[in-house]
Amino acid sequence: MNPGLQHFLVLSAALFACGLLCLVTRRNAIGLLMGIELIINAANINFVAFSRHLGNDRAGQVFALFGIALAAVGVTVALAIVFALYRNFNKSIDVDDASRLRG
Amino acid sequence: MTQYPLLALIPLLPLLGAAYNAFVGARMQKRFGYAAVHVPAILMPGISFVITVLAFARLVSLPHHERVLTTTLWSWMPVGSVDAGVAFLMDPLALVMCGFITFVGTLIHIYSVGYMHEEPSYWRFFSYLNLFMFTMLVLVLADNFILMFVGWEGVGLCSYLLISFWYKEKKNAVAGMKAFIVNRIGDFGFLLGLLLLFWSIHGVTGGSSVVFRNIEEILAQPAVREALSSQTVLGLSLISMIGILFFVGAMGKSAQIPLYVWLPDAMAGPTPVSALIHAATMVTAGVYLVARLHFVFALSPLVMSWVALVGAVTAVFAATIGFFQHDIKKVLAYSTVSQLGYMFIGVGVGAYWVAIFHVMTHAFFKACLFLGSGSVILGCHHEQDMRRMGGLKKFMPVTAWTYFIACCAIAGFPFTSGFFSKDEILWKAFDSGNLLFPGGGLMIWALGALGAVCTAFYMFRSYYMTFTGEYRGAHGHNGHGGHQPHESPRNMTHVLVVLAAFSLVAGFIGLPHLWHLPSYLHHWLDPVFSGSAEIIRSAGHGSGHEWALMIFSVALALTGWAFARWLYRDNRNAAPSRLIESKHPLVCGIHRLVYNKYYVDEIYDAVFVGFVMWFRKICDWIDRNIVDALVNFAGLFGRLVGRVHGLTDTHVVDGAVNGTAWSIASMGSALRLVQTGNLRTYLYIAISGAIALVIMNFILFG
Repeated sequence: MNPGLQHFLVLSAALFACGLLCLVTRRNAIGLLMGIELIINAANINFVAFSRHLGNDRAGQVFALFGIALAAVGVTVALAIVFALYRNFNKSIDVDDASRLRG
Repeated sequence: MTQYPLLALIPLLPLLGAAYNAFVGARMQKRFGYAAVHVPAILMPGISFVITVLAFARLVSLPHHERVLTTTLWSWMPVGSVDAGVAFLMDPLALVMCGFITFVGTLIHIYSVGYMHEEPSYWRFFSYLNLFMFTMLVLVLADNFILMFVGWEGVGLCSYLLISFWYKEKKNAVAGMKAFIVNRIGDFGFLLGLLLLFWSIHGVTGGSSVVFRNIEEILAQPAVREALSSQTVLGLSLISMIGILFFVGAMGKSAQIPLYVWLPDAMAGPTPVSALIHAATMVTAGVYLVARLHFVFALSPLVMSWVALVGAVTAVFAATIGFFQHDIKKVLAYSTVSQLGYMFIGVGVGAYWVAIFHVMTHAFFKACLFLGSGSVILGCHHEQDMRRMGGLKKFMPVTAWTYFIACCAIAGFPFTSGFFSKDEILWKAFDSGNLLFPGGGLMIWALGALGAVCTAFYMFRSYYMTFTGEYRGAHGHNGHGGHQPHESPRNMTHVLVVLAAFSLVAGFIGLPHLWHLPSYLHHWLDPVFSGSAEIIRSAGHGSGHEWALMIFSVALALTGWAFARWLYRDNRNAAPSRLIESKHPLVCGIHRLVYNKYYVDEIYDAVFVGFVMWFRKICDWIDRNIVDALVNFAGLFGRLVGRVHGLTDTHVVDGAVNGTAWSIASMGSALRLVQTGNLRTYLYIAISGAIALVIMNFILFG
């Protein structure tokens, strides 16, 4: 049985659900970032899958590459914010502690 | 027609001079002295004169019937058939006018340097004078009615400004206003005439124009002439109505009965102004207008007769007033009115070139007389009453001689300029076959001849009273006696000499045909007036009549002179004073009537000014009782509306505003609860929102 479009979509939905669960349950900022990473990759899988099965267009694959690059950029910025959190909130990266934007 | 762009400079240079003195004159006067004011002011009209001479040379080089120079600066108001442009035209007529205006004008500017030398607002005087030169030249050079009207109004304005030049004295300011208002009546006639002419030509041909030569061409068509003569307005033919309205304009500007009253009062201005504006140039604008519109006037014998009659009556009427005036300038003013009457006789009998001839010679000898009187006034320390002069020949010989020469010219002594021009006018009047009233030319001639003897009498009276006998002003002049009269500075006397020379010789350009000598001026002006030449009829008197009339008018002039000499020479004859003190009711009555200028001013005061005052009272009553009531009601109404408005504002509008503010504030405090700052709370909300959307999608569209 060759994997079809549905298989990929189910995989991506599962991955998205995992990411969402991770976002909702974790308090650790790094954990949240991991969740976001899972969600982005779920979207990337969707791009590639649709690109392969609908018209065999390369655009979706290029989109996925851009998605990976942007995710890396996003994480870089987010980690810098996490460092700032760490320094300003008593060496904690618990997001529940940081309920105020002003330091 | 030949293009001649330099033409535009003739009026524009004096405008430049006026602008210079108006804007920087005061500062230049303070910084560099009077010369910085008067040098440009004299130079500008002087250059205009030079350009006029150049234009003359150019005109002479053209064939006789093509002597027209034009230049168009820009098209002014091209609306429908109104084709008025800022365009100048110089034909032989305009050239003659332009020539003596710039020449005499420049001389009077030079004279003013001496006359006004004590004046603090020297720059203002020269600025006005230059502005006058500009407007007068625009009037003369305009190639259409509308531009001419600009000049026409402009000279009126400058006349007003200069009459009231010493505006701090109420008398002068009032004289200026009087001149302005009386002129306004004339201007109204001019404007109505222009509109009627434009409209009636439009009605007949379907197209119209305001350019002189186009109108002349249109009116040369027999069909148009016929239509304009047969249609009537208020019982007069259209062309007569147009002529009458234009002549009302000319009467105002040229001080003819009944609109002459402003000119004697205009003597309140400085004497150079009286010479330039109220003798030599502006007041002849009416004669110029009639001559320029000869193609309109010639078509209506009625208007022509009227013009001639008004001129003749004015000539005699004003001359008789001159008999008993004591103010030297008033004598000259009435003499000007009278001489203008002669010019209107000229245009009225269709002898246009002779009228222009007299305009020109009059400009020379009357300017000379006025400037002479100015010299006397200055010499006698601002004394204008001839009873306190006398014997001035001793003190100011140049003034006396030039004044005497100009007197000879105005009286019409043989071979002076006034002799040729006045005699030609009287002869043309006598010989006219166009006049409609009984007696025709003979009656006009008789009035003119009567005026001539009066002129000779009162002019020589003023000469003998002023210059002969003993000086009567030294004792008791403002308490500080011993002030000797003195001759005026050289720049003034030189001007007098030049003008006196021209008064003597200017007549030789228009020698009578009787002598079989060339009349250059007639030949020169011929192309301008050839259009209406065939309409003017002569009564066909022979040369025997002309000789007789010429000799007769010389005899009249000599009679007037001899009579004045007998009565007033050296102040020896007691007859004049006996006459004045006579208790005989007839003598006394006539003297009082003439001395008070036939009470014309009083009659005008009672009738027109009285009417205006009465009308003013009515207006005042209406203002107080009706207009004020309306205004008060409007005020009350406004207050009522204000009260209602105020209540609405505090209760309705403010309530709405406060309510809005309150609702926003309460909404804000409710929404505040959502913003916890807790990241995971936000996530919960976002995710539950997303799930809710998915579920809704299934329910609604699944």
